[in-house]
Amino acid sequence: MNEMTDPLKGYKGKARAALTRFGVKVWSDVRVVNDAGSVFEGVILPRSESLDDLHVVLKLKNGYNVGLHVDRLEHVTEVGYKEARYKIPEKEFPARPSLPNVTLLGTGGTIASRLDYRTGAVIPAFTPGELYGAVPELADICNLTTKKIFGVFSENMAKENYLVLAKAIGEEIAAGADGIVIGHGTDTMGHTAAILSFMVQESPVPIVLVGSQRSSDRPSSDAALNLIHSVRTAAYADVAEVVICMFGPTSDRYGLLHRGTRCRKMHSSYRSTFRTIGDVPLAIVGRDSFQYLTDDYRRRDKVRVPLVDPVYDDRTTILYYYPGMKPDLVDALVEKGYRGIVIAGTGLGHVNKPLYPALERAVAAGVHVVMAVQTLWGFAQMYVYDTGRDLMELGIVPLDNMLPETALMKLSWVLGHTDDHAEVMRLMTTPISHEITPREPHNGYLVMQGGLPETDEWVRGHWK
Amino acid sequence: MIPTLDYAEAGFVCGLEVHQQLLTRTKLFCRCPAGLYTETHDGTVLRHMRPTLSELGEYDGTALMEFKTKKNIVYLLNVKNVCTYEMDDTPPFLVNQEAIDVAIEQCLMLGCDIVDEVQIARKQYLDGSIPTGFQRTAVVGVNGRIPFRGRTLSVTQVTVEEDSCREVRDRGHCIVWRADRLGMPLIETVTGPDLRTPDEVEEAILLIGRVCRSTGHVRTGLGASRQDVNVSVRGGRRVEIKGVPKAGWAPALVHGEAWRQVNLLKLRDELHRRGFADPGSIRVDSQDVTQLFAATEIPVLTAEGWGRWVEAERMRPGFELGKGPFRIRAARLAGLAGTLSWPTQPEHVFAHELAGRVRVIAGLDQPPVLLHSEAWPDTRGARSELKRLRGRLRCGPDDAVVVVWGPEEDTVTACEEIRLRYVDAVQGVPNETRQPFADGSTDFERILPGPDRMYPDTDSPPTRVARERVARLAGPLPERPWDREARYAAAGVPASTAHWLIRRGGAAVVDRLAAATGASVRDVAFLFGERLKGLRRKGVPVDAVPEPRWEELLHAFAARPVLKQAWEPLVRAVAAEPGSPVAGHLAARGLGEEPAAWRTGLAEALASAREKAYRKDDPALVARLALARLMPGLLGRVAADEVAAAVSAALAESTRREEVRA
Ligand SMILES: [Zn+2]
Repeated sequence: MNEMTDPLKGYKGKARAALTRFGVKVWSDVRVVNDAGSVFEGVILPRSESLDDLHVVLKLKNGYNVGLHVDRLEHVTEVGYKEARYKIPEKEFPARPSLPNVTLLGTGGTIASRLDYRTGAVIPAFTPGELYGAVPELADICNLTTKKIFGVFSENMAKENYLVLAKAIGEEIAAGADGIVIGHGTDTMGHTAAILSFMVQESPVPIVLVGSQRSSDRPSSDAALNLIHSVRTAAYADVAEVVICMFGPTSDRYGLLHRGTRCRKMHSSYRSTFRTIGDVPLAIVGRDSFQYLTDDYRRRDKVRVPLVDPVYDDRTTILYYYPGMKPDLVDALVEKGYRGIVIAGTGLGHVNKPLYPALERAVAAGVHVVMAVQTLWGFAQMYVYDTGRDLMELGIVPLDNMLPETALMKLSWVLGHTDDHAEVMRLMTTPISHEITPREPHNGYLVMQGGLPETDEWVRGHWK
Repeated sequence: MIPTLDYAEAGFVCGLEVHQQLLTRTKLFCRCPAGLYTETHDGTVLRHMRPTLSELGEYDGTALMEFKTKKNIVYLLNVKNVCTYEMDDTPPFLVNQEAIDVAIEQCLMLGCDIVDEVQIARKQYLDGSIPTGFQRTAVVGVNGRIPFRGRTLSVTQVTVEEDSCREVRDRGHCIVWRADRLGMPLIETVTGPDLRTPDEVEEAILLIGRVCRSTGHVRTGLGASRQDVNVSVRGGRRVEIKGVPKAGWAPALVHGEAWRQVNLLKLRDELHRRGFADPGSIRVDSQDVTQLFAATEIPVLTAEGWGRWVEAERMRPGFELGKGPFRIRAARLAGLAGTLSWPTQPEHVFAHELAGRVRVIAGLDQPPVLLHSEAWPDTRGARSELKRLRGRLRCGPDDAVVVVWGPEEDTVTACEEIRLRYVDAVQGVPNETRQPFADGSTDFERILPGPDRMYPDTDSPPTRVARERVARLAGPLPERPWDREARYAAAGVPASTAHWLIRRGGAAVVDRLAAATGASVRDVAFLFGERLKGLRRKGVPVDAVPEPRWEELLHAFAARPVLKQAWEPLVRAVAAEPGSPVAGHLAARGLGEEPAAWRTGLAEALASAREKAYRKDDPALVARLALARLMPGLLGRVAADEVAAAVSAALAESTRREEVRA
């Protein structure tokens, strides 16, 4: 049965049989009487396929939904048919020649959206007209073009998507966009920002990744403000780099621009989840201003020609070290044909001794093994302890303060160019976009400890 | 003066939404403690709300209104009672099954049919009272009925839902909420539109309250129950008086609303008579008239007056204060002269309706919010300013004028709201939510939301309610209040005492103790419903006394009735040391034991009484004084009538002896 045309969407087994018996279908406006004589009037909704086959879902006239057990249905009478037609009010996005041109590339994150009954999923609004209907403020900022590159959840982003996305960015830049916004799910936004930092170098304009932590079908969603901030960044910010633009605090205050190679999602659900690690963010994006927090960024220059270099070898992995890790894990990776391993080591970049022979075998087999730190903050400094020195002797190369995920992205990109060990390591240790920084400022590491009087005092006086 | 109204003739219809917090350990969708209130905060969050599309693809009218108000919404957080869920930074945990159980129990008490699968919905509230912008709520029961005044009060549905924040302050464009209460489970009982008079409304609120409290599984105390009262008259529309804190407020509020609707319908007819039949016919032209009032003597229209207000109310730019410089804006209401002073609720006029909208939606809240041509300040200067104003606006004699002031952008919004309120007036009574006041009046709070504000909650799976679960909860249900009231009445307990006991959860204790000790329900009800109530009021901690102590006490009363006379000192002693058994208190005080030679003190007591009595020849007075002297030592040891009899006898004996001597 075609899922789209099935008149009993999502219903199976007993529930499906009952609906068929009563001659009603999804979107039927019905009057139901159950075995207790209770009367329910409303519209039959599609049912989520993951739920049981015992209940029929009704949207009552007052807007509530209830599930009715099929064994208790006495009478079901169809009195009408009311198919919900999802529509985001679409208004034509006004064109104003004086404003910058921004292209929004969609990968599947939701910016404006509507609900899908059947799965409970959120369906994104995407055309400029739909976006304008949902976030009218955008029209005061720029002329907006939208292109849907693909529609995937961010956890499904992978090699092919990165390649396509990088090329699309190159094309938009070539076509004269003043800035590019990429709508992206937040889970792997950091990974995409990192890989794009290598695949699109020397960009003349801002490349801004944006998403939301609360879907835009919620009144308190961060989506609209994030979108406004990111579009303003793309249109006006003087930062021609790959950046992530998301909430600074959880309050509706301002966004932060995080460098694509130094940014990480640090909370599974908080609005202020993205944090620059080991450095400070590039800028604060306010309602109508940018406050730059550093001088160290590439300026916008429309004349500059970008270097679009979309290659990617996905035979790479992160080995997150834990005490007692067995060496056969490393052997298995080599055996399965992995070409590059990023170890997220403990402390300054360590693993236990029993792993040494396996790592030695891996390096001997031509696998490129690099070391990042699972502490996220700080440098891999393997010359400090014997362990580190031993590992370096095995041919494992420390990546200073490159984040493990960034290291994975970079290694995949590097391996797309060369398999020559020396060249791989030369590229890995030569920073391209601040993935390694020479120094860590003391305000680059701030994880304030709640409960301390001074922290709580500060929190009390500031918007969270 | 309260005007009278024939409710039946007016087609008065009223139904209730009674909110009752449930007594659970934790909140409905997170593991924060429920019922832990705090008055301080250690964190603040600033948010804004934006309307979203409903699942049927419509924007809700209320949602759009709230968006127009451009409110800055501030939450005050305390780590003791709020986690990241309440701040909408963590998705909901699975719904609290303890709360679902209590809700089912309540539904069963109300005679409801329990739904088979509880589906969590999101009900949008864009006023900021809930940080997500919606309340998670679910229907648990439908189709209930309870006996009421010899007929049936229908219960349309019962929902379980999370409570909202407490409002701390609402000034201009900034509203501040305290989040401690947020997320506590409550049930909302929705009755049919079955109530016919304001008095019935009060009675129904109290009845539902007694049903809820019968199980002992709901919260009591300030704010634990609140009701929304829905009122309409024939030809009018449903208006919700929201958050009525006390049943006693209801009659005046309900009456006032019925009266208001009757008057708004008369205004509609008047507008139609004047040719304002469709919304487009209302013409409101407004313009900036700041210059015209440059030298005004009306204090609120001066820039200095405004400045003082801004300072006094600590209105900060970007928070409370709207956009733009201080401006005065006047609106000409073409052909609407006389409508501003049209009566609405008792002692209110239509201009109040305009002021309500302007205050809430435009955020202009400096009293009196607006000035108008039908209640203009009566000074010579002001009168001449009005004349000039009318000239500037090219007003004819049939036109009315309204003036608003404040930040420029807000004054423009205000004039548009005035037009929209008249558009509503052409159609009669607008659907709205109104805020109640103790004096029986109400004011505009928001447009009444419709079904378009309901979404399924994609974060929460449905809860199947198997019939076995319903049966398990139905088994131990307490007696319904109407049954208990009938039984108590038959036992001679006054109705007011019975109601109080049920409301305060004491009835179950009374029944248990009566059954356990053989005491009469009437006696135990009197002890708990009257005597203990009095002691509690005097500050005696009677609520800390565990049930076994009461049981011992009642047993002691039954065994030695003389103890009943010492109930007060005895209860005080038990309350002071609730850990020690009643027998210990009795022994310590020698209670219940008749002193061996108490009669030997009779003569001395009489002698002393004679000495004190100002009328030595009044035997009744002397006897009373003697009794007063003896009784404190004998309370709970010898029955008072026995002591009295002994005094009388001794007095008679001594009198006889004196007569003999004489
Ligand atoms: Zn919580």
